[in-house]
Amino acid sequence: MIEIRDLTKRYGSFTALDHLNLSLEEGVVFGFVGANGAGKSTTFSILATLLSPTSGDAIINGKSVIKEPKEVRKQIGYMPDFFGVYDQLKVDEYLDFYGASYGIGAAERKVLIPQLLELVNLTNKRNEYVDLLSRGMKQRLCLARALIHDPKVLILDEPASGLDPRARVEMRDILRNLKSMGKTILISSHILPELAEMCDEIGVIDNGKLIAHGNVASIQAQLQGEKRIVVKATDRLNEVRAFLEEDPLISSIDVMDNRLEIAFNYRGADDDQVALLKKAILANLPIYALSEEEKDLEDVFMAITKGADNQ
Amino acid sequence: MMERFYNPVFVKELKLRFRSFKSFSGLMFYLAVICIFIAGFLLITTEFTGKGFFKPEISFMMFAVLTILQMALILFITPSLTAGAISSEREKQTLNILLTTTQSSTQIIIGKLLSSVAFLVLMLIAGLPLYSLVFLFGGVSPSQLISIFLFYLLTVVAIGSIGVMFSTITKRTIVAMISTYGTIIFLGGITAFFFFLSMAFNQMGNAVGTSTSYMAYFWASINPGALMLTLTSSSMGDALVQVSGVELPVWISYLITYSLIIVICLTIAIKKLRANMKSNR
Repeated sequence: MIEIRDLTKRYGSFTALDHLNLSLEEGVVFGFVGANGAGKSTTFSILATLLSPTSGDAIINGKSVIKEPKEVRKQIGYMPDFFGVYDQLKVDEYLDFYGASYGIGAAERKVLIPQLLELVNLTNKRNEYVDLLSRGMKQRLCLARALIHDPKVLILDEPASGLDPRARVEMRDILRNLKSMGKTILISSHILPELAEMCDEIGVIDNGKLIAHGNVASIQAQLQGEKRIVVKATDRLNEVRAFLEEDPLISSIDVMDNRLEIAFNYRGADDDQVALLKKAILANLPIYALSEEEKDLEDVFMAITKGADNQ
Repeated sequence: MMERFYNPVFVKELKLRFRSFKSFSGLMFYLAVICIFIAGFLLITTEFTGKGFFKPEISFMMFAVLTILQMALILFITPSLTAGAISSEREKQTLNILLTTTQSSTQIIIGKLLSSVAFLVLMLIAGLPLYSLVFLFGGVSPSQLISIFLFYLLTVVAIGSIGVMFSTITKRTIVAMISTYGTIIFLGGITAFFFFLSMAFNQMGNAVGTSTSYMAYFWASINPGALMLTLTSSSMGDALVQVSGVELPVWISYLITYSLIIVICLTIAIKKLRANMKSNR
């Protein structure tokens, strides 16, 4: 569905995108992760036919963004990270204008607009002026706008930024809905746990280079060389600590006295962990819980980008 | 068929324009200036008695001055309507979204220009009843009035195109506005200065003053004020022929020059709208 080939964008001596390659299947929800200035918005601008790449090309549904930008525009719905609305235009007029801009007939627009407003939960705001809507509502309206010509691909640049938690959840529900409609969706975000929840694939970009790409589990597995394990004891933390220090597979032990917990990095396999647990029970230590700490995407992201910096 | 000619930007701009207070106040300002002028003129010529008669020559003079005044008002108002066309969308962060729709650059630029022109035409029409007061007193032919209005329209479209072009190539509305007003000062003021300058040079060369001065003719022919003078009174046209030695009527050169301005400015605007895209389609 989407094929990005050697995409490069330079501004003078600054390289915003460095030979980016990416291939996405139809119906995939792809999360684009990266620090500010890593190249997410540049990539999306090129895909949205707003920016020409210095070299390379991107093919969306068989159409090249360089050779057939007009055809590409029919295939994509784009929502920029920052956007404005026209004041003195009402919600339905706003959608009507963009519908007409995509060459949709007046009769068809009349049918479409209520459906779209229903989809993004703005039916009751139909006759309000656009600039009086809250940020979350504007964001949803902009999403409805991006959907008006029924594009196959949605390119959403930071759709959740600046939204309160409730608005964020609403946005996520709408995206889930769109996914079930079979749209290919590209989302960029710095709110990583959210992406993990709704994305099939994740790409990590740093300094214009794609440094990791795969499904959420495989990205997480890249970091799974060591697990972080937490044990909880009822008493005698020092003894537990001494016991753990003897194990060669354990490192970076942190004792949290106030919570009666000890956290440590563990290099062993699952079988080694069973042996460790057995040994602890035989040693008569007052351990009542042992659990693996969930690594969220944030940690993965930090670890991967840090690794890239050191290269 | 309607759908074919339907320009979404044009329709949206008209809607927004008529909802804004600025348009209303602009129209009011325009009509107020003309009202004050006509009332003042009538009062002065009747010596504040409200009685007396009105010679056709005086009526004609009122018409001529009104024509130039109206031209000045148009030159003054057009940039404020067009110089923000694209740059204000850029400032409001709505331009990117507009550019990802399937509308062509030509459609967007033409829609923007036409919506401004439509408003100015409304303004001219709104002033028409006041303007036609001169018919009460005679001295002016309707065909003269029609040709003057057609040249108003040409000037509005040309200045509008200049505004839209600056609005497209500059990042900020204020810069586009200043550049457009600068161009108008050039066309309306500096050309007049150059005209007199080249006349002076010409006369210095020959004491008789019968030689041809293409330069003087050129400067006069692109000046909207000079055009209006020659349109209102044929003696003005004859005088210009005499001093410059060029027989071609000013309105023909004006028509050609301003049509060229329209074509060039719109082409640049259309090419530069999607400046970050190489292909511009």
